[in-house]
Amino acid sequence: MTGKAADNSRMRLAGLIRKEVYQIMRDPSAIGIAFLLPVLLLLIFGYGVSLDAEHVPVGIVVEKPSPEATNFTSGFQNNRYFEPIAFDSIQEAEKALMERRVTAIVWTRNNFTKKLLSTSDSPIGVIVNGVDANQARIIKGYIMGVWMRWLDKFARAQGASLNVPVMVKKRIWFNAAVRSRNFLVPGLIAVIMTLIGGMLTSMVVAREWERGTMEALLVTPVRKKEIILGKIIPYFVLGMGGMMLSVIMTVWVFQVPFRGSFIALTFSSALFMLTAIGLGLIISVAAGSQFVAGQIAIVITFLPAFILSGFVFDIGSMPAPIQGITHIVAARYFVSILQTLFLAGDIWHIYIVNWLWLTGMALFFFMVIRRKFHKRLQ
Amino acid sequence: MPPATEVSSESQAQGHVIEADQVTKTFVSARQKIVALDSCSFNTRPGIVTGLIGPDGSGKTTFMRIVSGLLAPDSGTVRVLGMDSVRDYLEVQASVRYMPQRFGLYEDLSVMENLELYSDLLSIPKPERPAVYERLMKMTGLAPFTSRLAGRLSGGMKQKLGLACTLLKPPRLLILDEPTVGVDPVSRRELWEIVYSQVEERQMSVLLSTSYLDEAERCHEVILMHEGHVLGIGDPKGFSKPLQGHCFMLSVPHGQKRRIQAELANMPEVVDSLILGEKIRLVTRDEMDAARVRQEIGILASAGVEASLPRFEDAFIWLLKKRIEEQEGRRVQFKSLEHHKVKGRPDEDIIVVKDLQRRFGDFYAVKGISFSVKRGEIFGLLGANGAGKTTTFRMLCGLLPASGGTLRVAGKDLRKARAEARANVGYMAQKFSLYVDLTVFQNLRFFSSAYGLSGKRQKERIAWALDAFELSDMADSNSGTLPLGFKQRLALAAALMHEPDILFLDEPTSGVDPLARRQFWAHINSLAEAGVTIMVTTHFMEEAEYCDRVVVMKRGAILAAGTPEELKRRYHPPGMENPTMEDAFITLVEMQEQDKATETGQK
Repeated sequence: MTGKAADNSRMRLAGLIRKEVYQIMRDPSAIGIAFLLPVLLLLIFGYGVSLDAEHVPVGIVVEKPSPEATNFTSGFQNNRYFEPIAFDSIQEAEKALMERRVTAIVWTRNNFTKKLLSTSDSPIGVIVNGVDANQARIIKGYIMGVWMRWLDKFARAQGASLNVPVMVKKRIWFNAAVRSRNFLVPGLIAVIMTLIGGMLTSMVVAREWERGTMEALLVTPVRKKEIILGKIIPYFVLGMGGMMLSVIMTVWVFQVPFRGSFIALTFSSALFMLTAIGLGLIISVAAGSQFVAGQIAIVITFLPAFILSGFVFDIGSMPAPIQGITHIVAARYFVSILQTLFLAGDIWHIYIVNWLWLTGMALFFFMVIRRKFHKRLQ
Repeated sequence: MPPATEVSSESQAQGHVIEADQVTKTFVSARQKIVALDSCSFNTRPGIVTGLIGPDGSGKTTFMRIVSGLLAPDSGTVRVLGMDSVRDYLEVQASVRYMPQRFGLYEDLSVMENLELYSDLLSIPKPERPAVYERLMKMTGLAPFTSRLAGRLSGGMKQKLGLACTLLKPPRLLILDEPTVGVDPVSRRELWEIVYSQVEERQMSVLLSTSYLDEAERCHEVILMHEGHVLGIGDPKGFSKPLQGHCFMLSVPHGQKRRIQAELANMPEVVDSLILGEKIRLVTRDEMDAARVRQEIGILASAGVEASLPRFEDAFIWLLKKRIEEQEGRRVQFKSLEHHKVKGRPDEDIIVVKDLQRRFGDFYAVKGISFSVKRGEIFGLLGANGAGKTTTFRMLCGLLPASGGTLRVAGKDLRKARAEARANVGYMAQKFSLYVDLTVFQNLRFFSSAYGLSGKRQKERIAWALDAFELSDMADSNSGTLPLGFKQRLALAAALMHEPDILFLDEPTSGVDPLARRQFWAHINSLAEAGVTIMVTTHFMEEAEYCDRVVVMKRGAILAAGTPEELKRRYHPPGMENPTMEDAFITLVEMQEQDKATETGQK
């Protein structure tokens, strides 16, 4: 390209980018998707949604008070996992369970002390509401923990040691506090960037077709490359802005540890942003109107990023065909990187594998755009 | 095949700007093939305005998009400025300037920001820009509005801004797709002046499309299109020349114009007849003089007959009728509608509007207007887009509550008894609000149920509609795939299912071909004869001539009211003979603006 032609091309691109910036600044929905929605999602997932069981209402039934029984049930008090509610009979407690006033019942029988010392019968009964299977398992584990700890203490006090065949010594790595927030919030960054890159980009390009501004734009010396870059650059910057905002909130507001390097975060985000925008542009080529573009974008970018990325649901526990599908969801690779970055620190071989997948997808998307986007109608 | 370079040098020698050869383009819509262009061939000359004239759906936009390099034809070739519009489409796009039918600029950018964007796209050096902007803003009168968002401009100003953006770097070929649609007559005249000045000063070639037939006469050369075919090419005067001595203005006794016109319309010796105010315009098949008209056409024996000059539209009607006769072997007949005689005194005020207001936020769309409409009258609400016509209309139909004033329709207060007032009103909305995925029959069944018809009576009315509007053959076609003229008929049929005494028509004929428009008005005239009160909005000044009385609206207020004759007599440029409604409208707006200027001057 000669110097003059290059200058002209730069001038055209600058004009297109400036136009896009004005439009973003004046369009409340763009600002909403880029900044308000991330904050809202972060607040919901940071504070509202939790996979941990905390403040579980537990019905405590002590049929015949004894020092041992009182000592045991006091273990449910004064911790953040349980909210004990006392009942006089198991019937009342069961009624409360039916009415969902309690989620579990711990029942100490009238001959608690006697049974405790014998080995033939179980001294306590535990009933857990199993509707939410996951939650039920967690609560059962907690109650067992309280029981085992108390039993151990009780045995020591008797001058003996608790005789359990195998003793499990637990150590939890990476998320020692076992806070689900630490694992959900980093993944949310991928969802937010998908919204900006996939949904916003596809809708603003479709808007140009719908309103007829693209038709006027095409009959000028502008090049295809300039039109595409004129969309990619502003929304790339906007998406990276959304990413920064999310990271700041994650680390400062939600106190999620950040153990990786900033460089790796920036590089991975940039790569992911390109795949999201690439997919957004493809959608806009296929969809003629903003409405259709929005619908398609939700189905093929936002929902997969939410459900199939490993952000909430573990990919390893999905059936094999679904696991296969997750491989074409770009967010999956980014979520894996993000969870590593925040919780584990830099593990380069994990990064590199995921980067390769993201690069491959980005290249594929831009190849499709090159072939499918024409300076033509239809 | 000769090499491309030779062809291009040949075309330069001939000096053609556009050379279209056997251009065909089809689209597939709802599994139906639609032929937009059918073997169209023609050339255009440089340095003139070439008009692509035809109703909606005649293929104008498709052709302009092909010329701009936006679409590739299925077969045939188009050479634009010596370039092949398919192979060299990028070069074509870079050399011509194109203004699409819909506003193609960014509504959320200001006037200046839009100009800056297009200057960047057209590589205009920064130091040259201020002078270019100044020239264009002066030419378009947009100088006071440079910081206003484009979306907030009036229809006329938007089109002028669109035109300014195409003229930033004057092109050799300028392509304008319906630049004057929906624009008020004053802006329309200004747009034409800008186009003419470019042609004269810069020898620019312009290809311009329009569905307004009166604009054909403003073009140097005209390509007349209809249903994807070229009906004729040439000097607009040349089109109407053969009809010299065929055209007359008839004065008929008061109150008889509709009956006489309906009879004339179907006579074999008549090419066209049209109500213009109190008179009837007649075009005869044979050349004759006034005496022979009176002698040969019985009902005109006692009428006043005056010779008149032929117009472009006459030629179009003549060509269309000839084409139908040759291809289908039938003579075009206009049908009237049967409708029960509406009871009541003929002079009773059926619609009474007093101090009607409508506010949206702090913007007054309608600012306290008053008028009344008598039974059996055809009453027109005139004005450009944004004058407040549609808002007024929606209030009259009970679709939008008024912010103030009184509104009585058929003796019922619309602000209190909306549903009752609506029961004997038929409403035909702008753009014919039909269910495009339903068939003609299903649409009729739906609308008749919506108006409360059922059982035998519903069956009768549907049968009546299919017969009276000649829709029986397409009862099972999807209404979305019908040609515009048929959609219009179906929409009118739907509005008449419950035999209303009052009919509201919102922009009923915009874009349809002149024969369909005449058929439509034949229907309307027969309804008016039966005593149906008809209220119609239009921005199409000629349509005002078909009304008994009109009000002219601008910015939510009434500028003038009266019969078309009175308005033409009161408002016309000094010394002009036989002014049209359009002349009257322009004079009226200019007089009002002068008044405003002197008022503010005195303050």
